[in-house]
Amino acid sequence: MYNIKQENIRNFSIIAHIDHGKSTLADRLIEKTGMLTTREMQSQVLDNMDLERERGITIKLKAVQLIYKAKDGEDYILNLIDTPGHVDFTYEVSRSLAACEGAILIVDASQGIEAQTLANVYLALDQDLEIVPVINKIDLPSARPDEVKKEVEDIIGIDCEDAPLISAKEGTNIEDVLESIVNNVPAPVGNPNEPLKALIFDSYYDSYKGVICYIRVYEGTIKAGMEIKMMNTGKKFEVVEVGINTSKHVVVDKLEAGDVGFVTASIKNVKEATVGDTITDANNPTPEPLPGYKKVIPMVYCGIYPAEGEDFNTVREALEKLQVNDAALVFEPETSVALGFGFRCGFLGLLHMEIIQERLDREFDLNIITTAPSVIYKITKSDGEVVEIQNPTNMPPLTEIEYMEEPIVTASIMTPTDYVGAIMELCQNKRGTFINMEYLEKTRVVMNYELPLNEVIYDFFDALKSKTRGYASLDYDLKGYVKSELVKLDVLINGESVDAFSLIVHEDKAYERGRTIAEKLSEVIPRHQFAVPIQAAIGSKVIARETIRALRKDVLAKCYGGDISRKRKLLEKQKEGKKRMRQIGSVEVPQEAFLTVLKYDEK
Amino acid sequence: MKELSIYIHIPFCSSKCFYCDFTSFSGQSNRVKEYIDSLIVELSLHKDSLQDYRIKTIFIGGGTPSAIDAKYIFKVLDYIYKNFNISSDMEVSMELNPGTIEFEKLNIYKEAGINRISMGLQTFNNNILKKLGRIHSAEDFLQSYNMLDNAGFENINVDLMFNLPDQTISDGMKDVEALVRLGVKHISYYSLIIEPGTLMHKWHQENRLKLLDEDSERKLYYNVKDFLKENGYQHYEISNFSMKDYECKHNMVYWKIKPYIGVGLSSHSYLNNKRFWNTDDLSSYIQELKKGKLPIEEDEIISKDIEMAEFCIFGLRLVEGIDKREFKDKFGVDIKVLYKDTIEKHKNSDLLFEDDRYLKLTDKGLDLANIVEVDFLP
Repeated sequence: MYNIKQENIRNFSIIAHIDHGKSTLADRLIEKTGMLTTREMQSQVLDNMDLERERGITIKLKAVQLIYKAKDGEDYILNLIDTPGHVDFTYEVSRSLAACEGAILIVDASQGIEAQTLANVYLALDQDLEIVPVINKIDLPSARPDEVKKEVEDIIGIDCEDAPLISAKEGTNIEDVLESIVNNVPAPVGNPNEPLKALIFDSYYDSYKGVICYIRVYEGTIKAGMEIKMMNTGKKFEVVEVGINTSKHVVVDKLEAGDVGFVTASIKNVKEATVGDTITDANNPTPEPLPGYKKVIPMVYCGIYPAEGEDFNTVREALEKLQVNDAALVFEPETSVALGFGFRCGFLGLLHMEIIQERLDREFDLNIITTAPSVIYKITKSDGEVVEIQNPTNMPPLTEIEYMEEPIVTASIMTPTDYVGAIMELCQNKRGTFINMEYLEKTRVVMNYELPLNEVIYDFFDALKSKTRGYASLDYDLKGYVKSELVKLDVLINGESVDAFSLIVHEDKAYERGRTIAEKLSEVIPRHQFAVPIQAAIGSKVIARETIRALRKDVLAKCYGGDISRKRKLLEKQKEGKKRMRQIGSVEVPQEAFLTVLKYDEK
Repeated sequence: MKELSIYIHIPFCSSKCFYCDFTSFSGQSNRVKEYIDSLIVELSLHKDSLQDYRIKTIFIGGGTPSAIDAKYIFKVLDYIYKNFNISSDMEVSMELNPGTIEFEKLNIYKEAGINRISMGLQTFNNNILKKLGRIHSAEDFLQSYNMLDNAGFENINVDLMFNLPDQTISDGMKDVEALVRLGVKHISYYSLIIEPGTLMHKWHQENRLKLLDEDSERKLYYNVKDFLKENGYQHYEISNFSMKDYECKHNMVYWKIKPYIGVGLSSHSYLNNKRFWNTDDLSSYIQELKKGKLPIEEDEIISKDIEMAEFCIFGLRLVEGIDKREFKDKFGVDIKVLYKDTIEKHKNSDLLFEDDRYLKLTDKGLDLANIVEVDFLP
């Protein structure tokens, strides 16, 4: 099966909007090429994690190899490399695209092309990938394939004349997609006899084999026994095995230029085989590494604390396990007066943060509390010392601060022209500086702004989605640091300052943020048998105050006759609710409170 | 001989009240006979295992037991008297709806041994009665009450509800004042609970009910409490008031976690540390019994931990509180050792207090009983 020549290899990924049918099509392709029998197939093979399946997003990349006998009578190797589809994961998208020569673009026949998809299409076009358009869901009564084809042609400017019209759900015309891949995606180039040059586009840790690297070989050949070198880290390893991924790992003799597969080399830590690094032959190295990727740096930090009854060490072990497969996650221990022992964790962005939180909950069954996310601020003290802080609690007293700097990003927002006004208003409100606006076509523009990152991580993305009904997409890059008038906003519950709620905000925003937080907390904190004041303060100056009225009544009038269990079960439910509370002084604060205060408020 | 209570459920009603979430229905009157036959089969299935018990109280509830032919009530009670051991001072209560009785019926009830009547009035305000879906008026109530009086029933409870749609504090007070003038021996005073699945719940969701705010609701409750105490009533349970020696013995069984058997649709039983309850489906209830099987839907073993918790939770509903000695005798543990933290916590926050014999809720604690009770759960 491995005697297929290089010109019969096709490396491709699939780009699609959430719900447009990426995983279903992937299933059909796998099924059609006979890699798995239908019975073996668990629906949506590529999305392995529960979380991925539910949120309809693929978080970790995976690659699968299909063998397809085309109408021209020849066998082809089709390497399908999966991509995630969200702004936080742009780097992962570029990772997988870099390993391909083409990409299938799935468009829903009734909904047409969607904003978030476009960003990924442009990433693919940037890397000179061949785009293979596919119109899906033609079985729906609302399908309008001709109009949608025209739309794709107008917006992206690719020919859709022969785009396959399919229904991945029903399995209609799947073969057209396979043919289109074979005919339109270019074969890889590269010489198996040159010095080895392979790109790591994904890696994960396996407890038996160590780190498994997914690679795309550009030049040369890699095989077991060979000594390899990671060009970025300089580490050397001996290859244990190379292989390809069908439904399971299949060990092969070698991988050659153009191939996609995996390598194991007794690598103990993912940090020694970082994604984006180039693998070469330690004894016959290639002179230049591949361009690789920009280094992934956490931009958002928050505290993660074990909730009531949860153990610090269990949380640490879980974070360690997640980190093994997610180099973008960083963490270190910290303590909070309100929350006890926990961790300060760094993430790529808000979605990444939410996903880690959910994985801790679902995969490790951990009950955790998260604090408000923060960015890294630079503080120059009066004595000239510069400190970086990402936990508001560590902010030095105002008297010791000469000036502060905050990170700024350049953001490009792609939107239909209808929403330009709304976006300008939003960016202005978020302290943005307008740079320029470019027309992509008559009804679509890219707006470029400079925005403080702390505004972006607050609720910018939710606000953008809400104001543009999901049509705008956002991408951002760290630009640098600028001086800024920042203050530390404290929240006091029943007179006690709660460090976990403290925030660093721009002076101009402090009043508004303080008021919003006090209002929201007064909504989510249940009433107690005494009145609970909630205050927002800068230093000793209270800038907002709400009071949660004392609870007057919490008693059941009747007792349902002999149905004693019913009353008891009502109380048990109440007790369950209490368990999810955090005791701060004499006040019980629900864990949601820590996140609720950060959510976008549609006002 | 051990003591036992029996609850008998009659699910038939002329129409369903808008707030009601008990198992009851209208328009099935053609099945009454079949149902009563099933009840008797059910009692007969329990009979043999209950020969060591003496029946202390019987309560016939619903639904509207007074809506069906009185001969059926007689038949069921007669069966119990002939087949179970009976206490000489047995309390036999029945729920009765104003507007469903005539003098003849009352005589049969008397003959059947019923010695306590519980009437559902809810309010004297006819407009509000309509809003609740009640089929009677205030005048119907007075007429029925008179008939009961003439028939020689003197142990009578009247159910009132408060915090009703459009009710004011003074409306609520008027209801209670009127009952006191009548000299009613027992008053149950329930704050409206809006239960999911009822019409009332739907209207509440749609913001169509004008109810009292929390402060006014509590104010009305306090006023009523004070007023009843001034007029010789004792407040003996969160929602119950009575003249001396007129407490409902049957309900005390529930609150003291003593054993009882419930027969009829969806009835609950508690016996030998096991709770079990019947199906709430009329057809399967009848069919199971035709096959000679108890129509039990589910059961639950009550561990000692839970039993102790329930004893405290329901004991605290009684205004006199939990008898610490009784707890020790029953469970062999000192309540103050077992629930030390909980008791301390709530004494400190002024929800709980104790004297030599009892552990009880303060006035504030009675308003916030759930907060205290929750902490007794294992």
